[in-house]
Amino acid sequence: MSLLRTEKLKKHFGETRAVDGVDFTVNEGEFLSLVGTNGAGKTTLVNLISAFLLPDSGRIFIGDRDITHASVDERIHSGIARSFQLVNLFDDLSVLDNVALSIFAREGKTKRIFALADRDAAVAQEASGLLEQFGIGGKAQAAARDLAQGERKLLDVAIAYALRPKLLFLDEPTSGVSTRDKAQIMDTVSSVVRGGGITAVVIEHDMDVVFKYSDRVVVMHEGRFLADGPPEEIRRNSDVAKYLLGTDV
Amino acid sequence: MSRRGLGGVAAVLALLLVFPFFAGTYQTQLLMYGLTLAIAALGFNLLLGYTGLLSFGHSAFLGTGAYTVALMMRYLGVSSLELFILGGVICSAALAALLGVVCVRHTRIFFAILTLALSQVLWTLAYKFFWITGGTDGLRVPFSQLTLLGGLVSFPGADAFAKFITYYYYYVLVVFCACTALMWLIVHSPFGKTLQAIRDNETRARFLGVRIWRYRWLAFVVSGIFTGLAGILWVPLNGLVTPDVLYWPQSGKIVFFAVLGGFRNFAGPIVGAVIFNYLEVYAVAVTQYWQITLGLVLIALVTFLPAGIVGSAVRLGGRLKKKGSEQFP
Repeated sequence: MSLLRTEKLKKHFGETRAVDGVDFTVNEGEFLSLVGTNGAGKTTLVNLISAFLLPDSGRIFIGDRDITHASVDERIHSGIARSFQLVNLFDDLSVLDNVALSIFAREGKTKRIFALADRDAAVAQEASGLLEQFGIGGKAQAAARDLAQGERKLLDVAIAYALRPKLLFLDEPTSGVSTRDKAQIMDTVSSVVRGGGITAVVIEHDMDVVFKYSDRVVVMHEGRFLADGPPEEIRRNSDVAKYLLGTDV
Repeated sequence: MSRRGLGGVAAVLALLLVFPFFAGTYQTQLLMYGLTLAIAALGFNLLLGYTGLLSFGHSAFLGTGAYTVALMMRYLGVSSLELFILGGVICSAALAALLGVVCVRHTRIFFAILTLALSQVLWTLAYKFFWITGGTDGLRVPFSQLTLLGGLVSFPGADAFAKFITYYYYYVLVVFCACTALMWLIVHSPFGKTLQAIRDNETRARFLGVRIWRYRWLAFVVSGIFTGLAGILWVPLNGLVTPDVLYWPQSGKIVFFAVLGGFRNFAGPIVGAVIFNYLEVYAVAVTQYWQITLGLVLIALVTFLPAGIVGSAVRLGGRLKKKGSEQFP
């Protein structure tokens, strides 16, 4: 059953056709990878779906609901969350507070003005548990700015995950980290997201990561879909080999 | 708060409680000015330190509080400080709610300029509507017409001034403590954490479903109320309100409080307001070029102590603690 659907979604920047009439479907429970060369339109597509950008034309549905013109917070309440290519944290807050804030937002508690945030035991417990799941429980009291790059990436995902979305977009969760950290990050993210029963769309450049972790791979090229299928099929696709890997199959 | 922190707060509170007994009337009066201005600084810093918005228009709220007291006394014959507080807080909140709608949709220099411009509109009104406001002569708020605690305490008679200073000091101290506790609660609440998140990363906060401008607006209103309350308490002490209280240098002073003490620290603006008050009074007494003294202090601060007095002290303490634990693990 499709969780998200776009119809002829289009976004042009002058002459550049970043997203050019894309029909995109994400099915419930999938761990989907969105791949393509730089400028293929992956991040723009995610930006359109998450309301970071407005489309020129086309429609976006979550379930049967048309969210094309919904605001960011409406989309979040309808179950969409995202992390960012460049890590977006609350640097001066503690690691625990970064995640706790996401939980407060999810539960509509951010307007509470006459209650101590630290005294909300349920939120603190959930936040600590999440940090343990993401393998950064030991850094809970550190300032987010003091984390290493790999840990920052994990925290970025944990903040989005704490919203308990139906659909989680992860924009290059392993960019800028070492090969060894990449595997660790993807192992953690994949196991937490799959364990939580959350549908995930991951933008990724590293094809080894893509083939190892994905249920389905969508390849973009110049704003359009070049290929869509399971990893084995994509690996054998000659167009993908030509445009993405620069080789023949 | 840590046990050590609580101990420090208790020690300062004990000192403040016994202060009038050993310091004399003049020093008590001076400290009282500092405490009222510290309430304004607390309010101001909710915006600067916790929300990341630099207001250059907080004189508007200080002046609104002060003028509300003066106008209520002059035209309504009110003498109760509790009624002044009620009226002043309502007026400050209403003004902040109105100005906030215009200002909080902008940030950085645009927010600062908007707040400055709007506060100067109020200054012009106070200046031009002299048949109501007294113009440059201002309006008097004599302490002898003031009553505290619903009329239980008044200040008639020959020794009224000393009595006023003592009683009013404790009144101001109670309000100051209540405001400090309330602000501490606010900045440590989920709302306060959300403000800090908006300050740190507006985009990410938006993608948690936080409607940024609503939170900024509410912070603006709370900030305005605190600063308005400071104006209400300040004016009986000053005995007079003139358009000067609404003029932009007054907003600059409030910014100075936060920079002096350190705006990334809860206690910083409080300490900054109290020290600034002493600094200004003694600089004026020593030299006619007192503004130069204050300017030099500001330059020295920005150059050598960008974290302010309290911020720098906390950093130094942290370094010493770290050094100590390295030497004696």
